[in-house]
Amino acid sequence: MGFLKLEHIHHSYFSNTQAKEVLRNINLEIREGEFVSFIGPSGCGKTTLLSIIAGLFPSTDGNVYIDGEEISAQNKSLIGYMLQQDYLFPWKTIEENVTIGLKIMERSNKTHKVTANALLREVGLPHVGSNFPRELSGGMRQRVALARTLAVNPKILLLDEPFSALDYQSKLKLEDLVVETLKAYQKTAILVTHDIGEAIAMSERVFLFSANPGSLHRVFEIPETLRKLSPFDVRQHPAYSDVFQTIWKELESLG
Amino acid sequence: MDNTLFKQYQQMLKKEKRFVRLYQLIILLVFFGGWELLSRFGWIDRLIFSSPTYVWQTFIEKVSDGSITLHVGVTLMETVIGFIAGTLLGTLIASVLWWSPLLSKVLDPYLVILNAMPKVALGPILIVALGPGYFSIIAMGALISIIITTIVVYTAFKGVDPNYSKVLQTFGATRWQIFREVILPASFPTIISTLKVNVGLSWVGVIVGEFLVSSKGLGYLIIYGFQVFNFNLVLMSLLIIAFFATIMYQVVELIEKAIIKK
Repeated sequence: MGFLKLEHIHHSYFSNTQAKEVLRNINLEIREGEFVSFIGPSGCGKTTLLSIIAGLFPSTDGNVYIDGEEISAQNKSLIGYMLQQDYLFPWKTIEENVTIGLKIMERSNKTHKVTANALLREVGLPHVGSNFPRELSGGMRQRVALARTLAVNPKILLLDEPFSALDYQSKLKLEDLVVETLKAYQKTAILVTHDIGEAIAMSERVFLFSANPGSLHRVFEIPETLRKLSPFDVRQHPAYSDVFQTIWKELESLG
Repeated sequence: MDNTLFKQYQQMLKKEKRFVRLYQLIILLVFFGGWELLSRFGWIDRLIFSSPTYVWQTFIEKVSDGSITLHVGVTLMETVIGFIAGTLLGTLIASVLWWSPLLSKVLDPYLVILNAMPKVALGPILIVALGPGYFSIIAMGALISIIITTIVVYTAFKGVDPNYSKVLQTFGATRWQIFREVILPASFPTIISTLKVNVGLSWVGVIVGEFLVSSKGLGYLIIYGFQVFNFNLVLMSLLIIAFFATIMYQVVELIEKAIIKK
């Protein structure tokens, strides 16, 4: 039984001139604690699928189950969502940014400061609590965004290309940090990315989607030897380029 | 080396600032000096354009008989209240429109009409409806800035990056929480800049209101001076208005600095 289960997900967007089918018959299951990636050409509906899992809007058809519970606009499960950019609120301090989720859910105020400090230490930024986002670099801000996402103790993390706006060095460091942190907290996570290397380096399984309409094309199991390594080490491993080639060819064949 | 260059740079900045101040002062002196000379030598009609000395004499007169404090006080009170009411109500209406997209679609053409209409034209109706007193003048001062505040602030609300709201939605935030935590604080800079516009607009509303009601205030002094052909009085009132409008603007700028800094 999967922790996250998608059943016959269909989705169409309506505009006043046409209805566009973006997702067709998506079925998949993800185990608890698993890290998977969604890759595919632009327009394959990856972000739409993520939003549906998050319960931001309902799919036109089909069901989403998280931990056995059906997800709908009324019954949102606790999910953590990381976006392409950090979207930290510039008028709030780092500490306030990290605890905003707890504030929204009206958990008791006393524990906020403790949680914020612990999480900031976890992401390697122990002394920035009273700073404002503009005083931090892009990589640091995305780490704060990770802390904010983890603060509410979500059941599942949805990462929508969270490294795409970063420079290469920060990106590699952050990949390691995210995998390490999620492993420590035993979180289930879905990463949406354009970067095949990133998908291989971070995940246990890679879901390849094809576009127009978006549907699940193939699932790749990442070899056991690579899974145990940190993303940075995966990229150095001899087996890495074989996996890369396989996925690359499959992606190319989609046109 | 760097230190001396930095000092030179600082001195250059200081010098430039002094230069700017000097020329600002020169313009001021030339304006009032030229005005005085032109009217003294009879190149402009003293009856209409008065002269700085006459304006000053009128001012002293009005200060010594105490009437000026009354007029300035009344106008200032009306303007400040009208300004605050206009800005608050405009922001409130903008919030309601943001809250209900359907309502904003329905009201859209009416906002356009109300914005295009000259609000001071409503003056006579206001005076009849609310009575010829402070209340109708304050209403004028507020009315003139409400609609434009509504439109500008509502546009700012809609312009907030939806991804900020998305972040909160993933935490299950209600619409009110999104408004309080994201939409309003993100729009503060815009609200402050409408404050600056509203300072000027409220003065227009209040002065026109006083023209119509004609019992107290600087607008009344202008109309009175016009009727008895005492242009010393008219120009004095104008200068006082300019002075206080500038002060109000500076206060708004101070508030802006305090908020933006935060």
